[in-house]
Amino acid sequence: MTEEVETKDAIKTQEYFVNMGPQHPSTHGVLRLMLELDGEIIKRVIPHIGYIHRSIEKMSEKDSYRQIVHLTDRMDYLSNHMNNEAVCLLVENALEVEVSDRVKVIRTIMSELTRLSSHQLWWGVMGMDLGALTTFLYAFRDREMINDIFEETCGARLTVNYNVPGGVMFDIHPNFQKRVKDFIKHFKTKLPEYDRLLSDNVIFRQRTEGVGILSKEDAISYGVTGPTGRASGFSNDTRKHKPYSAYDRVEFKEILMDKGDTFSRYKSRILEMWESISIIEQLIDNIPEGEIQSPAVKQVIKLPAGEYYQSVETARGELGVYVVSDGQKSPYRLKFRSPGFSNLFVLDHMVRGYKIADLVAMMSTIDLVIPDIDR
Amino acid sequence: MNAIRTYFRDIFHAIKTLLTGMRVTGYYFSHARKEIITQQYPENRDTLKMFDRFRGIVTLEHDENNEHACTGCSACEIACPNGTIEIVSDRVEDPETGKKKKIIDKFIYHYSMCTLCNLCIISCPTDAIKMDPSFEYSTFDRKDLTMILNKPGSQIRKDVK
Amino acid sequence: MFDFSTLTQSIHDYLISHLSPFWTTTVEWVIIGVLLIAFVALSVMGLVYIERKVAAFFQLRLGPNRVGKWGLLQTLADFLKLLMKEHITSKNADKFLFNLAPFIIVTASFLAIGAIPFALGLHVMDINIGVFYITAASSIGVLGILIGGWAGNNKYSLIGALRSGAQVVSYEISAVLSILTIVVLAGDLQLSSIIESQRDGWWIFKGHIPVFIAFIMFLIAGTAETNRGPFDLAEAESELTAGFHTEYSGIKFAMFFLAEYVNLFIIAAVGATVFLGGWMPFHIGDWAWFNDKMDYIPSILWFFLKVGFVIGLIMWFKWTFPRLRIDQLLVLEWKYLLPINLVNLLVVAFIAMMGWYF
Repeated sequence: MTEEVETKDAIKTQEYFVNMGPQHPSTHGVLRLMLELDGEIIKRVIPHIGYIHRSIEKMSEKDSYRQIVHLTDRMDYLSNHMNNEAVCLLVENALEVEVSDRVKVIRTIMSELTRLSSHQLWWGVMGMDLGALTTFLYAFRDREMINDIFEETCGARLTVNYNVPGGVMFDIHPNFQKRVKDFIKHFKTKLPEYDRLLSDNVIFRQRTEGVGILSKEDAISYGVTGPTGRASGFSNDTRKHKPYSAYDRVEFKEILMDKGDTFSRYKSRILEMWESISIIEQLIDNIPEGEIQSPAVKQVIKLPAGEYYQSVETARGELGVYVVSDGQKSPYRLKFRSPGFSNLFVLDHMVRGYKIADLVAMMSTIDLVIPDIDR
Repeated sequence: MNAIRTYFRDIFHAIKTLLTGMRVTGYYFSHARKEIITQQYPENRDTLKMFDRFRGIVTLEHDENNEHACTGCSACEIACPNGTIEIVSDRVEDPETGKKKKIIDKFIYHYSMCTLCNLCIISCPTDAIKMDPSFEYSTFDRKDLTMILNKPGSQIRKDVK
Repeated sequence: MFDFSTLTQSIHDYLISHLSPFWTTTVEWVIIGVLLIAFVALSVMGLVYIERKVAAFFQLRLGPNRVGKWGLLQTLADFLKLLMKEHITSKNADKFLFNLAPFIIVTASFLAIGAIPFALGLHVMDINIGVFYITAASSIGVLGILIGGWAGNNKYSLIGALRSGAQVVSYEISAVLSILTIVVLAGDLQLSSIIESQRDGWWIFKGHIPVFIAFIMFLIAGTAETNRGPFDLAEAESELTAGFHTEYSGIKFAMFFLAEYVNLFIIAAVGATVFLGGWMPFHIGDWAWFNDKMDYIPSILWFFLKVGFVIGLIMWFKWTFPRLRIDQLLVLEWKYLLPINLVNLLVVAFIAMMGWYF
């Protein structure tokens, strides 16, 4: 570890450790990375997690299924709708309840809006990590409109808790469609601006292209999902492979890249934003009529004894919920397969031999949300 | 020769992309008056309107006769994931029918524990509680965040079953 | 046009009629020192405020707007806060060097600012190697950064300091080479005569494309030398938290902060003096009528307008571009800026020899 390395000039050098985090501007939360450095070159990264562990899985074992939904808002707070949806879909599948088409479409639109807002935040933070501080506020300007949509329909901006088992909590607000259309119109003019400001910038390209290459094989063996994995060519989009809600009735492309470098991961998210826009555009004008809560789901939900699994595609990758039920009101055991956890631990593999500045760029493109890793 | 051409092409391409970026920021700088999105919060308090569904705080609705619709059924207490709501109820004899009837004595609400998940509201069978879109509730003392929602002397509305 | 030397001369005459020559010089130095410190303090406060406002407008924000009218007193409030902060010295720090570093860096900036001509006749020392002196004096500042980074006993500081060392040493060359083009054209190192040579037009207009290229090169190299904008690797907030001044607090941190903005001012002032004619009004060749009208605008105003323009450009860079990586930074210097500068210098020398400039 700290043994002395003899270079060819017979100068004794020593590798040293730097603690990056738990309080550090670019770890996006309380993540602690131990970097083993040789000058500026990174030899090894040891992620230490657990600084924001709130034992959501254990808490779920005493909560009813309705209450678990609101806890999932606090895991990956940027993919709140998808997290809620995962639990709700699991309960509905276990109870063999079919929700109405209206609910399905609303859930899909909401999920895609959440994905857009998550990717917007990621874009701003990515620019900020690379030193372009202005991107952050441009992203927040556009994200604000989505947050307003959530606030109007769901009543909260971040911890929305909009899905309930068997449907959604309220019907959409009368202004919902207008607001979403306004947002899409606005964002379609702003997304090319993102490219002009950052993606095409020569400094940005130099910093990202050919850096931090993750091969498809490694992506599969580490279980790297989401845009991070798809940038390496690993086709893993749950929306395509195991369609849920209304994803089987919309046209969209799974963004697959082949290079697997930092820029591909960046670009795959930018392209995914265009896909999300197209999904929303397909659905927003044809929200079918129907009940917003299925009467088949009782107030007190008891899942039949057995094991259930449901996965959804969050903005970061595949979120899996695994429930073992013994027929009671609460699950016997509940486990979240969170995308951030798998994606974080590929960092060490990617970053060896690169510089500190590259580590920051790679961490941004993995798009970590620390509460998602720790739960 | 080719290398030299690439060298200069790289330089010109770099300058072009940098200028494109500067044009974007330059536009916002020169149109700052129109594009600034910041709201000045304490000043705009009068005009600031929250959305009606905004979840700010749980309230127990009282009408003009100081009557509410809470039967003290404890559905919200059960629905709450955090133990935010405590209902202290009492049994009194109804003067008309002579039957024992449950009324609330205290509807205790621990705002400091509330995650504003709205589960209590949708579980309420009589729509007695609702979310209020007001939001300025910071205090200097934690005990101020424990509130008793039913007003003193309030009674259950007659038509609520 | 008002000549400040009449004012300074009358003060000198007054003093010399009352005091011995030794005391006259002493009093004059004290006056100059006080004036410079006051100027630096005020201009840094102004610059910090301007920087924050400019950044805010680039970012769709309002910027400081609470302390005083339009937040004008915000920097004063921040400065007072920094004054009152506790001095924290980390354990195992080299106390002497740790305390020395801020002074070195501030001294270097003060040395350089003394040679800048602010207006016609308003010039602390008009030495005959002015350009050389300014580059030499301002490059002492990197010693402060290196010492500060080392003494704090923090690995982030050390990385930042080493980055900064490599960066400043490299970019010094480009900055000097690009100024040399004007020295070649003007034929003098003295700043006042460089300004005088622009009486019939600023060098950026007179010197064709090569001088324009040199100006761009100077802007890039100057930004890098002040550790700003896309070249703020020594601080690199998102990588090294605060780089070389991670361990500094209170007034010592304020000194680094002060030096950073003084350096920005110096770079902008040198750029404005050398390429844009310093306090020289906008003159076109021998259009006597037009030139007379331009002379009505005071020279000090011309100087500060030009400095403001250059500072604005540098701020624009900073709030638009992402940061470079350390190896890319060196590649940019040694593979792009330096060769281009050398060729550019040759071209300018040829132009000067043939007398092809206006």
